[in-house]
Amino acid sequence: MPINHYLFLSLALFSIGVAGVLARRNALIVFMCIELMLNAVNLLLVAFSRMHNAAAVALDPASTVGAEAQILVFFIMVVAAAEVTVGLAIIVMMYRNIHSVDINFLNRLKH
Amino acid sequence: MNAILLSALWGVVMMFTGLASPHARLHGRMAVVGMALLVVAAWLDLAGISPFGITGGGMLSYGPYESVFIILMAGCALLYLLLSVHVMADGGTGTSDPLALIFFVMTGICIIAGFRSLLMLFLGIEIVSIPLYILSASDKRNLRSNEAALKYFLMGAFSTGVMLMGVTLLYGTHGSFYLEALNIGEEALSPLATAGIVLLLVSMAFKVSAAPFHFWTPDVYDGTPTVFTSFMATIVKGAAFFAFLRLFQDGFGRLHEHWRLLMAFLTAATLIIGNVTAVFQQSVKRMLAYSSIAQAGFMMLALFALNQTARTGIVLYAVSYSLATIGVFAVLARMKDHSFEAFNGMAGRQPLLALLLTVFLLSLAGIPLTAGFFAKYQMIAATLEEGRMVWLAILALLCAVVGVYYYFRVIQAMYFRTGGDAQPEVSKGTRAVLVVTALAVLALGIHPDWLLRFLSY
Repeated sequence: MPINHYLFLSLALFSIGVAGVLARRNALIVFMCIELMLNAVNLLLVAFSRMHNAAAVALDPASTVGAEAQILVFFIMVVAAAEVTVGLAIIVMMYRNIHSVDINFLNRLKH
Repeated sequence: MNAILLSALWGVVMMFTGLASPHARLHGRMAVVGMALLVVAAWLDLAGISPFGITGGGMLSYGPYESVFIILMAGCALLYLLLSVHVMADGGTGTSDPLALIFFVMTGICIIAGFRSLLMLFLGIEIVSIPLYILSASDKRNLRSNEAALKYFLMGAFSTGVMLMGVTLLYGTHGSFYLEALNIGEEALSPLATAGIVLLLVSMAFKVSAAPFHFWTPDVYDGTPTVFTSFMATIVKGAAFFAFLRLFQDGFGRLHEHWRLLMAFLTAATLIIGNVTAVFQQSVKRMLAYSSIAQAGFMMLALFALNQTARTGIVLYAVSYSLATIGVFAVLARMKDHSFEAFNGMAGRQPLLALLLTVFLLSLAGIPLTAGFFAKYQMIAATLEEGRMVWLAILALLCAVVGVYYYFRVIQAMYFRTGGDAQPEVSKGTRAVLVVTALAVLALGIHPDWLLRFLSY
């Protein structure tokens, strides 16, 4: 399968994520959209890793080119998990104080 | 490499100290000792002494320039801790956990100071950001702190997603995360790579709060408890700029011609928006938040110029801005009322404190004999050295003049007005540290070569 298909799929997922962050008002859904952006990146990284690897293996069958992108995917997963921990804690804290997870709450600080 | 290991380990030590003892004084002392050790560890890095043979596989590299920067940032953090641990103890948020988080942030700062690979840049930025989300939320029952934390978290996570997309697109075209492999010049300028560079520019502009991606800054800095705003707005911001400069100099330096104009517009917008909006603020804390955007505009000049003067100048700027801002925030954190009126007549009630505040504010405004003057001078000189777009240097000078107005409003309130009632409780030890900070600001203002000659490698 050509790399373009993967590229278009993950750019579409990424754009859905960005649009969701900008348009939705519920903090949890905004958060899910951010996770969607990160997963679009993961998909694209794996696809690019395979592409570079296939090009290198054609010259040298023992080549490990492209492994570092897969390592980055693991790092992204770990960091995303850490972010979920902190982010959900912040959202729960906010819910306890105002019984709502609406982003419009954020406009209170502007004088 | 010593500095990374020590700061990460000391963060864990601080967490166990919190378990072992409930005494805030002990936590504070441990943290101060740890930060002093961090300065020593960075010094050992500079001297080339490393008990552990860890190399980082070429993803991290520390030359004298990076090590000196880490020493300076750890030194600023040491002053920050000396001024802040008492306030944290009174704040009711616990002391050992915030202090542990501050050490984890220092780990991230050491990583982004020496990254050679975009993978490390991403990891470093996240290690800096995630503890900061927690610190901004640390005043749990205060709605403003809640709001600041949620906004900071959503903006931070969003810009991380954008940065990762940029990294991935660049990986797709170059097949590597290393800065050396990215910096190969015009033949690599495919549409994908261009999109990647623009996405990285946008996400780094988010992190350093450059206009038009600055809108989260005033709310977050205003809502976060003042002790932690002081850390976020100074040391963290300086380190983010250091990484920004490193990325665009070592990673995309050969494409400078192509993104120079874009950077010039970002710089101009940041300077104008930061300075003009700061004039209209009613609260000193919010004014300092806008002033941090304005000062970011001056640091952006280094990214525009991208020459040797800019390289050394940005470190001088980060240090002088951090020292002065930490000093002002240390006083502000001990006041309940953050409005300009609260400062009225402070010179009569607390003459020493008013004098020290004046030194810090003069430095922020860039008046000669203070560190801020030479920092601004280096930035504008770097821009003029480039010889193109001289209007940017003229704009920066005009904005510096606007800056004098709102910093002097505080000085005017302290010396020429009466009727305020703020009585910040400042202990003898804190006063001594503030005097040391002010002397450092003056020393760098009279003789910046003491610092600059270490940086010109």
